[in-house]
Amino acid sequence: MPGKDDSVREALKTKGAYGKDIDLDAYEEGDRDADSVKDLEDSEYKRYMENVGVVADEMERSGTLMFIDNGMSHCSPKTQEGLEMSTVSQALKDHDGLKDFIWKAMDPAKDKYTAKTYLEDGDGFFIRVKSGYHIKNPVQSCMLLNKEKSIQNLHNIIVVEDGASLEMITGCSTIRHANDALHVGVTEIYLGEGSGLTYSMIHSWGNKTNVRPRTRCVVGKNSHYTNNYVILNPVGNLQSFPVADLSENASATYNTICIAHEGSDIDTGGMVNLNGPGSRAEIMSRSISMGGKMCARGRLVGNSPGVKAHLECRSIILKDGGATLAIPELEAHAADVEMTHEAAVGKIARDQIEYIMSRGLDEDQAVSMIVRGFLSGSINGLPESLQKELDSAIEQANLGD
Amino acid sequence: MSEMLKIVDLHAEAGGREILKGVNLTVEEGETCVLFGPNGSGKSTLLSTIMGYSTCKVTSGQILFKGKDISSLSIDERARMGIGMMMQRPPNIFGVKLGDLVKAASKDEGVLGNAELFKMEGFLDRDINVGFSGGEIKRSELLQLTAQKPEFILLDEPESGVDLENIDLIGGKIKDLLYEHAGPVSVQRHVSSLIITHTGQVLDYVGADRGYIMKNGRIQCAGRPSDLLKHIKQNGYGECDACQAKTIQ
Ligand SMILES: Nc1ncnc2c1ncn2[C@@H]1O[C@H](COP(=O)(O)OP(=O)(O)O)[C@@H](O)[C@H]1O
Ligand SMILES: [Mg+2]
Repeated sequence: MPGKDDSVREALKTKGAYGKDIDLDAYEEGDRDADSVKDLEDSEYKRYMENVGVVADEMERSGTLMFIDNGMSHCSPKTQEGLEMSTVSQALKDHDGLKDFIWKAMDPAKDKYTAKTYLEDGDGFFIRVKSGYHIKNPVQSCMLLNKEKSIQNLHNIIVVEDGASLEMITGCSTIRHANDALHVGVTEIYLGEGSGLTYSMIHSWGNKTNVRPRTRCVVGKNSHYTNNYVILNPVGNLQSFPVADLSENASATYNTICIAHEGSDIDTGGMVNLNGPGSRAEIMSRSISMGGKMCARGRLVGNSPGVKAHLECRSIILKDGGATLAIPELEAHAADVEMTHEAAVGKIARDQIEYIMSRGLDEDQAVSMIVRGFLSGSINGLPESLQKELDSAIEQANLGD
Repeated sequence: MSEMLKIVDLHAEAGGREILKGVNLTVEEGETCVLFGPNGSGKSTLLSTIMGYSTCKVTSGQILFKGKDISSLSIDERARMGIGMMMQRPPNIFGVKLGDLVKAASKDEGVLGNAELFKMEGFLDRDINVGFSGGEIKRSELLQLTAQKPEFILLDEPESGVDLENIDLIGGKIKDLLYEHAGPVSVQRHVSSLIITHTGQVLDYVGADRGYIMKNGRIQCAGRPSDLLKHIKQNGYGECDACQAKTIQ
């Protein structure tokens, strides 16, 4: 498509709608010929993977896909009826160019990050669940940044067909030499009718890493989409704003859990277009500022009668020096809608800390107990697998000091 | 007997106003004391000040616990010295499970397994106090205190908001906290306490040794709990101001 390529090339100049502008020329393309990892358990990447919820022994997982920089390094040989896992480049060959899915949900000219991924022909994982199949254990994917001053441009596609369901855990991290690098992950998700997907991302980057995920999900009639996003470690500059488009009676839930450490600049949230009558959405965000910049966004757009949606942003500021911003937005284009929001920013209530202290716990223990509960306990419906990862990540995040 | 708690000429502020205006009060080791007084007289403030809540600021006087002035110690230090408190209105803590706090507070890990004795087994996975009824809050507080095993307990209106069916359970659990056990028989009292009560209902379960009446931030008089209660029931607190008697017989 030469005409399209021109417009996308033009979009290389388009800044992202939110977040700091990143100079793409400061980075070179990441390697495509990644280390091939046969045995995850025995791999040097194991600890990086496990930090972000990707388990090496693959127990209670339906399969694993791993990318290092821009190349696939592992695709688990485990196969299961109804589940297809490969790269997008392979799937293009297998499925006659993936005409219904490639760059359909996402406009490559959206901004410079999608444009760059399009123009570099970024590869990524392709996951398909065939109609009627319920994949019991989660599929996990791992994206690792391995090279300083490089861009990871991945383009992933997930297709869950009619009446099928899938849980997916994606862990992203920097390893070894990489810190000042850029991760761009474009993910297009297509849910058929009466299907379900829980898509959970756990991120752990370096304190100079720039991160620009771009996710869009088309949710078919009567289907449910859950998007969980967790980042608890320092990061340079992260901006993410996944979008979901709901058909009739479809629903979406977003849960976002963040800690903004000193030096981190995080801008997260998401948008749901409630296009179909009777569609529902809930956007929940819990964040802590430990001296970093935290912006929690949420945008609900009611385009049909009978839609119901709620948005909740809560932030605790534990340390001075940062900034916290909550931006809840509601937009309605039909009369018969019910859309609400709640936002709260502040410190932990003193009486709660003291109440726990009155049981003999010291102040640090009391604060970390409350913070842990605030981050993980108060969002309903986190998958058990993610809850476990979250608990251990919170453990490591050292909230006490 | 030695003094478990001795409060000497205690002045304290809450919300920028002096609430305690020279409190003097003693609880002997093993003694159960009750504190009466009209609404707003400063009873809860006194208990919170003893526990060390930061809403209450001591401006002068002493709080001696086991002979040591604790008025500058943190809440958790006081808790670890053996003071435990049942609050009148404890805060909701979203996201923190009751069971996790009970476990963290436990000197006696077995208590978690006995939650059903407090009718609390279904509450261990609930967020602390969130949506608890009046009686459930009291039972939750008692479960936590039982895990904590304090030597001295402060109870702020343990029977208020509790229905008749639950009062037995709550009264019984308070008794268990105060008495050492030999089988089913409560033998000797070994834990001291200071209990705020309006109705005196709790006295049916634990015999109290001494009562105090508080009015306008001071202890007006002391006496036998049953005598004080009778007096209050007959005369109210109206005549306390004019009354010069320091004890009522
Ligand atoms: N944190 C506070 N801020 C402002 N006023 C307070 C605070 N705590 C207590 N008070 C006031 O102190 C007085 C005594 O309250 P309290 O100790 O709760 O009384 P009691 O328990 O005897 O009913 C009341 O007038 C109450 O409003
Ligand atoms: Mg009171």
